Amino acid sequence: MTRRIVVVTAGISQPSSTRLLADQIADAVTTSVTARGEAATVEVIELRELATDLAATMATGGVPTPAVARARDLVSSADGLVAVTPVFSASYSGLFKLFFDVLDPDALSGMPVIIAATAGTPRHSLVLDFALRPLFTYLRAVVVPTGVFAATEDFGGGAEGAGLTSRIVRAAGELAALVVAQDGAVGGFVPGAADQRRRTSGTSLDTDVTPFATLLRGHSG
Amino acid sequence: MQFGLFSVGDVTPDPTTGRTPTEAERITNMTRIALKAEEVGLDVFASGEHHNPPFVPSSPTTLLGYIAAKTETLKLSTATTLITTNDPVKIAEDYAMLQHLSGGRVDLMMGRGNTGPVYPWFGKDIRKGIELAVENYHLLRRLWREPVVDWQGEFRTPLQGYTSTPAPLDGVPPFVWHGSIRSPEIAEQAAFYGDGFFHNHIFWNKEHTAQMVDLYRRRFEHYGHGSADQAIVGLGGQVFMAGTEKDAVRQFRPYFDNAPVYGHGPSLEDFTEMTPLTVGTPEQVIERTLGFADYVGDYQRQLFLLDHAGLPIETVLEQVEILGREVVPTLRKEFERIRPAHVPSDPPTHESMLAQGPDAPFHLVQPALAYAANAESVDARSAVEVSA
Repeated sequence: MTRRIVVVTAGISQPSSTRLLADQIADAVTTSVTARGEAATVEVIELRELATDLAATMATGGVPTPAVARARDLVSSADGLVAVTPVFSASYSGLFKLFFDVLDPDALSGMPVIIAATAGTPRHSLVLDFALRPLFTYLRAVVVPTGVFAATEDFGGGAEGAGLTSRIVRAAGELAALVVAQDGAVGGFVPGAADQRRRTSGTSLDTDVTPFATLLRGHSG
Repeated sequence: MQFGLFSVGDVTPDPTTGRTPTEAERITNMTRIALKAEEVGLDVFASGEHHNPPFVPSSPTTLLGYIAAKTETLKLSTATTLITTNDPVKIAEDYAMLQHLSGGRVDLMMGRGNTGPVYPWFGKDIRKGIELAVENYHLLRRLWREPVVDWQGEFRTPLQGYTSTPAPLDGVPPFVWHGSIRSPEIAEQAAFYGDGFFHNHIFWNKEHTAQMVDLYRRRFEHYGHGSADQAIVGLGGQVFMAGTEKDAVRQFRPYFDNAPVYGHGPSLEDFTEMTPLTVGTPEQVIERTLGFADYVGDYQRQLFLLDHAGLPIETVLEQVEILGREVVPTLRKEFERIRPAHVPSDPPTHESMLAQGPDAPFHLVQPALAYAANAESVDARSAVEVSA
């Protein structure tokens, strides 16, 4: 079965080092999934191209433009996510947050995710753990232990460059393991399995409606 | 089919002049708009209910009672009545009173409001929004249908031997719509009771509206009230008209660009594409509106939003005039032409419900249970016949 990896990248300049890092991670994930005997496809969402659509969606109180609706469906139907942002003012960029703000609260439930960031200086490296990781934890995503942070100097050779490559490979391996993992739980035997949140892009209405007798129970006086 | 207006009752500065009407002006203007609606042949005026500035209609039955006294045929409705934070006992009384005063020209639309803090202001918990809507509405149905009510629920103080007064006019409870933009539970609620379902429509893409209405229709049939295409559906719409499309766009753009809710966001052109907003000639409005039935099916009530975003009262009255004189007569004719005979043209009215007599299913608190019991006894009978 082909696994679908979606990359969300919030780089602004072109060419962008954020996109460069995103591509390197995506390649490593593909290699790692393939090494486990499964095929992988990669689709990239460049948030720069969605910037005005995201703003319009926000300004209407959440009515998704067609492009935003497509991006939402793409993300929620993925088997794994790679999320990469530049560091702006000591955190993820506003554009990056805007995208995750227009997703359904259940859009990433149980989704394996690699978090990654680029910055001009290594002194921002903890942004992965104090900004990105809590965001994805809130969204009930499964964030792999290895975050990938790349300062400008990491794109050079030497020890820094080698360190970046090894972090990318390690994160990709962790993601691939989750992406190819079969859902081995036998229904009815796993406590709490029924309570897990179902992932949904929120673009289509959930027509699996609760029967009214259930809604009315205890409320009919 | 019924056509009319729904008003949010916002006090918004006119962006072209910077002038903000006073609350007194806005309240008077809502009445003028309603009177104009009747004058030009529209059927319904519905008032919002809000408990915070910049909105004025906190007390819809006062407003609608005043309008009732000045009109003859106009149906008075709400968009919406807060079933979550109002006491259902007070809703039962207020709207029964309005029903008597207006000669039965009343129906209501239940909603959960658009302002989070309204819950704590009225001592309620927003996380219980759906449960409040379910419990309060069930009590409201009982108060309008049972002469003496004993009640103990989760949210209000219990009732022992309570009789809501006045009783509904002629013993016929007002018809009820349930309005929701995106809660499937509310579509389910409307379907369960065989009530109407109204989709605001104007702030969302049409694919979404179509899904909500389809869910309601399927569940309406499931609960035995009739076939899915006989369910009672209402839609919102938003238009601005002039002699040419160019003039309409030129006049409306400053209001659109600065409107509450969607202003400073998408362009007028994008919003027109995404939502039912139509800015153009009366002919364009007719064509677009007729197209609504293509994705929600043949429906019974169309309400338009005309008086918002700071549009001056003269302009609004002119828009009502164009709508009533040039648009709605054609819409009536065309919608009737495409409607199959077995699909009701109008939503239930006081007269039509009265004519159905005291045994009509809507007199039951839960008609769906009676349908289910009938179906079972029919099954049992045919089983007996087969074995005999």
